[in-house]
Amino acid sequence: MTFLELKDLRIHFPTDDGLVKSVDGLSFTLERGKTLGIVGESGSGKSVTSLGVLGLHKGGRAKISGEIWLDGEELVGASAEHVRKLRGKKMAMIFQDPLSAMHPYYTVGNQIIEAYRIHHDVSKKVARKHAIDMLARVGIPQPDRRVDSYPHEFSGGMRQRAMIAMALCCDPELLIADEPTTALDVTVQAQILDLMRDLQRDFNAALIIITHDLGVVAELSDDILVMYGGKCIEYGSAEDIFERPEHPYTWGLLGSMPRLDREPTERLLPIKGSPPSLINVPSGCAFHPRCPYAERTAGRSETEVPELLETAGGHRVRCHLPGERRRAIWEKEVMPNLEGTS
Amino acid sequence: MSRASEPLLSVQGLEKHFPVTKGLLKRQVGAVRAVDGIGFDVVKGETLGLVGESGCGKTTTGRLITRLIEPTGGKIVFDGRDITHMSQGRLRPLRRDMQMIFQDPYSSLNPRHTVGAIVGAPYRIQGIKTEHGVKRAVQEILELVGLNPEHYNRYPHEFSGGQRQRIGIARTLALKPKLIIADEPVSALDVSIQAQVVNLLEDLQSELDLTYVVIAHDLSVVRHISDRVAVMYLGKIVEMADRTDLYGSPMHPYTNALLSAVPIPDVRRRSERERIRLQGDVPSPLNPPPACRFHTRCWKAQEICRKVEPPLTALAPGHQVACHFPENLSGDAPPAPAAGQEKEPGTISPVS
Repeated sequence: MTFLELKDLRIHFPTDDGLVKSVDGLSFTLERGKTLGIVGESGSGKSVTSLGVLGLHKGGRAKISGEIWLDGEELVGASAEHVRKLRGKKMAMIFQDPLSAMHPYYTVGNQIIEAYRIHHDVSKKVARKHAIDMLARVGIPQPDRRVDSYPHEFSGGMRQRAMIAMALCCDPELLIADEPTTALDVTVQAQILDLMRDLQRDFNAALIIITHDLGVVAELSDDILVMYGGKCIEYGSAEDIFERPEHPYTWGLLGSMPRLDREPTERLLPIKGSPPSLINVPSGCAFHPRCPYAERTAGRSETEVPELLETAGGHRVRCHLPGERRRAIWEKEVMPNLEGTS
Repeated sequence: MSRASEPLLSVQGLEKHFPVTKGLLKRQVGAVRAVDGIGFDVVKGETLGLVGESGCGKTTTGRLITRLIEPTGGKIVFDGRDITHMSQGRLRPLRRDMQMIFQDPYSSLNPRHTVGAIVGAPYRIQGIKTEHGVKRAVQEILELVGLNPEHYNRYPHEFSGGQRQRIGIARTLALKPKLIIADEPVSALDVSIQAQVVNLLEDLQSELDLTYVVIAHDLSVVRHISDRVAVMYLGKIVEMADRTDLYGSPMHPYTNALLSAVPIPDVRRRSERERIRLQGDVPSPLNPPPACRFHTRCWKAQEICRKVEPPLTALAPGHQVACHFPENLSGDAPPAPAAGQEKEPGTISPVS
């Protein structure tokens, strides 16, 4: 049985200006011990997806349809009460900004203790011991002293470690990290990424890492899902996405990014235009107004929404261009421009 | 790239210590040494990149150069004139030649002003007459930065983040400045938009013969747009060199650590990559470590690093480093003078 499976998940928000289709038909599976990277620009629906899996849209105005199966249980139709029991214990989240995700009035220790005692019937003393162990586990020095510190007394990297400790305190099987290192400096980011890699191995959790940084995704992920306008436009193994990407948007992301491991290119190759508004998603393929190859589809990209089709061994692409054409364009037109010239 | 011998901007021993006061009488009890004696030259037409982690003083440096804050020491010479303590009144005409691009395109534009008013403001403030009126001039600049000139009467909220950053750039360019200080010009933007703005900055530089000081934390972006790069750590420049030298053969351990910490989008080599992992965080600039400020996190630190501050010296042509034990040192380069102490890494036993 698959551990996590999303089937045609849709999360729509009715607003005065129209229906915002933040997530529009998303499906994927994830096994224990594996890492899925979700990449996309702001407004692509990646964070809304993660909140949806955790059931944090319940009670709001969101209209959710589709199915989310976590270890044999369906979550979309489940009661808020039931999802709350799973949250923390079965699944947990690491947020981008630990300063706003932690309560400033409570000590870090108290916040971990609270989370632990909700799911475990233990005394405060035992929970406190556990909190100290967790802080030590994520590499916080002098955990028995730091457990009584307030979030503002921690540095950014330490706060992120504390939040990871909080997320892991009940040994969750699914961990979702939403831009876990975006707020951090690069040397601290490297520490946190190492920590997450080690912890995942030790805890054998399923990890979803959501980010706009392709470098971070490449460091951690087994599989990668690229989102655009609320839909998955390309899905595959990390090798598929970085070595034989097939969607023009993925090519665009790779061309937009200066890379330290290659000779500098003369110019970056940006995607023209800007990400779409989710109220007025372009007709047909949402990417067609920005796509340099749209005209080669004989007008289909403007009228028809392309299907997410498998091209080879689990690698799926949502594009009207035929597979051979895409591979030819990548090899002859795109890839040569990404290689730097000294 | 044209390089005049006379630098357009020259900074020497620049310092900014923010006082920390305590009590009713506001007695000064200490100082945050945000920028603590840095020096560099920027020649016309080049781009200097300033990189470092948060709290290293790179933004303060930008604000000092543009005199948005008052330096507590050192000297800033811009276009042959000492502007270190020049009065705001006398500075005003010079501001035409020196402009700043800010990080956040949401908070740096007045939401109640139209694009026309925002980009036209420099003309009003400087009292400049244009040949065909301000509106025409503004529209020409909007076109230059890739915006529709018909958007003259729109408000900032009607634009996306990338377009707003273009509005900010248009305002910067209005008076045809010589020097532009760009403080994290792309870090608030989406990846695909970042590349557009980086390309725009490069195009404008060659078209208008601009000189840039680009302040950023993203090492890949800085490598892409800079000719020379200075790495800052806790208010000091620890290494400064041409882009190729700095990224190709970094000498300071901190630069090495920074470069190896950048995640690389190459899945084949992710397991093979040699990494240097720094422990802990950057110490507080309120109480920076003595001597070499990096010694608390440096794996090569020896006794001398805790006692003697390494000066910023040229160890190769155009490559300055402040370290007692630099890496990638080619054999013929002159050894750094280290206060009469033996400098070979192997000869001093590590002190734990």
